[in-house]
Amino acid sequence: MSADTDVEALRRQGRIVVVGASLAGLRAAETLREKGFTGSLTMIGDEPYEPYDRPPLSKQALLGRARPEDTALPRRRDIDAEWRLGVAAEGLDRDARQVRLANGDTVPYDRLLITTGTRARPWFHPEEAALDGVFVLRTRDDCARLHRKLTGGVSRVLVIGAGFTGSEVASVCRELGLEVTVVERGPAPLVGALGGVIGAVADRLQRKKGVDLRCGISVTALEGDDVGRLRRAHLSDGSAVDVEVAIVSLGAMRNTEWLAGSGVAAGARGIACDAGCRAFDVNGIVTDDIYAAGDVARSPHPLFDYQFLALEHWGNAVEQAEIAAHNMICSSPERRPHLWLPMFWSSQFGVNIKSVGVPSLGDQLVVTQGTLAEDRFVAVYGYRGRVIAAAAFDGAKWMGFYEQQIAAGAPFPPEYGTVDRRTGTLQAVDPGFPDPHLPTHGPTVTLTGHSPSERRVEFVPSHA
Amino acid sequence: MTPDTISARITDYANRADPYPLYAELRKTPVLREDDGTYLVSTYYEVRNLANDPRLSNDTRNRPSGYSRTADAEDTGLPPSFIFTDPPVHDRLRETINRPFGPPHSPRFLDGLRGELAKVVTELLDAFEGKDQVDIVEDFAYPLPVTAICKVLGVPREDEPRFHGWADALASSLDPQAGEEGQEKAQRARQELGAYLSDLIETKRRRPGPGILSTLAPDMTPADLEATAVLLLVAGHETTVNAITNTTLTLLRHPDVLDRFQKDPDLAVPLIEEVLRYEPPVQFVPWTTALADIDVAGTTIPKGSPVWLMLAAANRDPKRFMDPDRFDPHRKDNEHLGFYTGIHYCFGAPLARIELHLAVPELFRRVTFSRLLEDPPPYRANAVLRGPRHLPVAIEGLTA
Repeated sequence: MSADTDVEALRRQGRIVVVGASLAGLRAAETLREKGFTGSLTMIGDEPYEPYDRPPLSKQALLGRARPEDTALPRRRDIDAEWRLGVAAEGLDRDARQVRLANGDTVPYDRLLITTGTRARPWFHPEEAALDGVFVLRTRDDCARLHRKLTGGVSRVLVIGAGFTGSEVASVCRELGLEVTVVERGPAPLVGALGGVIGAVADRLQRKKGVDLRCGISVTALEGDDVGRLRRAHLSDGSAVDVEVAIVSLGAMRNTEWLAGSGVAAGARGIACDAGCRAFDVNGIVTDDIYAAGDVARSPHPLFDYQFLALEHWGNAVEQAEIAAHNMICSSPERRPHLWLPMFWSSQFGVNIKSVGVPSLGDQLVVTQGTLAEDRFVAVYGYRGRVIAAAAFDGAKWMGFYEQQIAAGAPFPPEYGTVDRRTGTLQAVDPGFPDPHLPTHGPTVTLTGHSPSERRVEFVPSHA
Repeated sequence: MTPDTISARITDYANRADPYPLYAELRKTPVLREDDGTYLVSTYYEVRNLANDPRLSNDTRNRPSGYSRTADAEDTGLPPSFIFTDPPVHDRLRETINRPFGPPHSPRFLDGLRGELAKVVTELLDAFEGKDQVDIVEDFAYPLPVTAICKVLGVPREDEPRFHGWADALASSLDPQAGEEGQEKAQRARQELGAYLSDLIETKRRRPGPGILSTLAPDMTPADLEATAVLLLVAGHETTVNAITNTTLTLLRHPDVLDRFQKDPDLAVPLIEEVLRYEPPVQFVPWTTALADIDVAGTTIPKGSPVWLMLAAANRDPKRFMDPDRFDPHRKDNEHLGFYTGIHYCFGAPLARIELHLAVPELFRRVTFSRLLEDPPPYRANAVLRGPRHLPVAIEGLTA
């Protein structure tokens, strides 16, 4: 029997299991059916809900303009799946080709798609994290609880971490009329993703909108009262802030722990897969029956020297899922690579922020349109003389153009004239990314090196 | 322009009824250079990318002398309207105007006009009673958009005979064949229409009434508001008229689709989008200029060159749309350029869609058509804002 006959049998009567019932999982399932997969399809998700959309949870839903329960993802088509919701996958047995669930069940597969995504990084001190008033924001339930709290008469809110989620939450709080203190370890908001130059614009924007922004310091402890309610936060500069609500926005952790011991190349930076979304095993050998897509996946990208690229982006989840689904039920010549250019957006303090490429790779930056002073601009990032990324405040419509510049490896700095270019010569500056060795919540787009298995030699300094 | 160039043939009235074979020929050279240094871009991806390219300007003042400019670029005592400006001026004006017009600040403004506009549709169709032939343009497609734009702006509908001529002269001047004479006429029209609207705005400053001119009066300089009002009033005139008429004509030419549409009114949404692809009311945008050397599909458009973006040709590019010359209301992934794209995407698109969705289903629900009395119908002279001047049709009856 040839490999292609196997594919035909798989399409007709194979068993496909999707672990992770969110955006990527749903779009993959729809694509499988769209492409004629008629076998059995099982969707496994640890939350009790059918797939829902996350971007509104830190914006409209948190603000109360939409209900968190109304963020269910629209269905492109019927997927005729067996849903195993509210139960997490706990293990993977590659020999038996089974996923083990938390309730002890096992689910056999011929092809497995892993879309387990990320979760919010919890507060580092478990007892403090358990205080009433300490929140993270990742899920629908998180959003509903936080919205109730924010509209229930609180006086001051503390946001820990000024990355995109933290900044969006702070923006919503201001819109709700709440006093907000934002504490960011780095020198400015958004600094991990966009660097200090653009971070300074975000900094000014936040202060202009009345945020009590404290950069360059961190929260050292959260203090509760006798009955376990949050009362105060202690900061590394020795000061304290009285707060009833703290939102921990310290970035995301990839949900890969359940794969420990499975032999899949999965770790803290995600699941390594090839450009066709097939997962690698720990020996760097590609599997042919396990695929990964969405926030949990990292795959080599030609624009970035074939380093593995990990992305926490909505658009990436959709496209990678579609490609994974396509490749799962195709013979090898028909498989397609996932070569998506990183792209994400945010909405905060009345400004639309959009970024393409990998800004954090940039070693230089120029403003090509508008000016930083007006909070309306396009900034282009260069890396060794070529355009590697662009970010815009209220200039999203131009991003398609810069995307092409990045894809074409256009020279940096760009010399051409554009509309809204205010200066004759473009002065390149250091974009101001923090030292990568310092801990931060990090950007939502990361190059994670060349090695699929991450078995690295660790440098251990010898003590004298 | 020498008479046998392709752009001359496109603007030649003889080809107005069916310019599509010319567009097909044009697409063979995706970036075509005319002898006078004008570049015509006609393939989908190239047009779309240029419309989103910050190196392309909408301000014809950036053209070297010797090339045609727009009435807006000449001294009419008014600043250019926002369609003929670049950021940051463009963004500031458009954003200000958007505030009363649409979301997020005024999410219900356009929706709130539906009732009144539906009434206009009903009245216009009621007047078909007892007739066995009507002119779709005069009797239906023209009065609705004019009423709509008057309501949006807060301009008295009964002044229409006064500003009709001015609007006409300005719309005609977008056509490259208008020449110097047309441009001079347009400049005069812009001044006169501006003066009319300036008086109206002044009245509204003292006593605000319904419509966005009143809302905007405190936020904009008198000159900017006047220029904006001129633009919106003119844009509201011939574009939607052509869209409604083109839809009617296309449906009457495709009885099978019409039959499906009458059985399934939900088809209206994709059907109207397909008309915007198949017979776009704005056929091309001849007023952009390259601010830098731009490489497009292997050709370099030099800095300072006038560029024509051929929307109607791009909309029928077989590299983007399967079987593009087929009118197919079930077409998937119909991302047409009928409303342009990028920062100059049609400001009035949401209003136009509301009008089309009120007018088209009701027209075909109530009127029993027998046939087109003239096919092709007589077209307007304008090659840019292309549409029938009249669309006489024989009708058999009218239902309530």
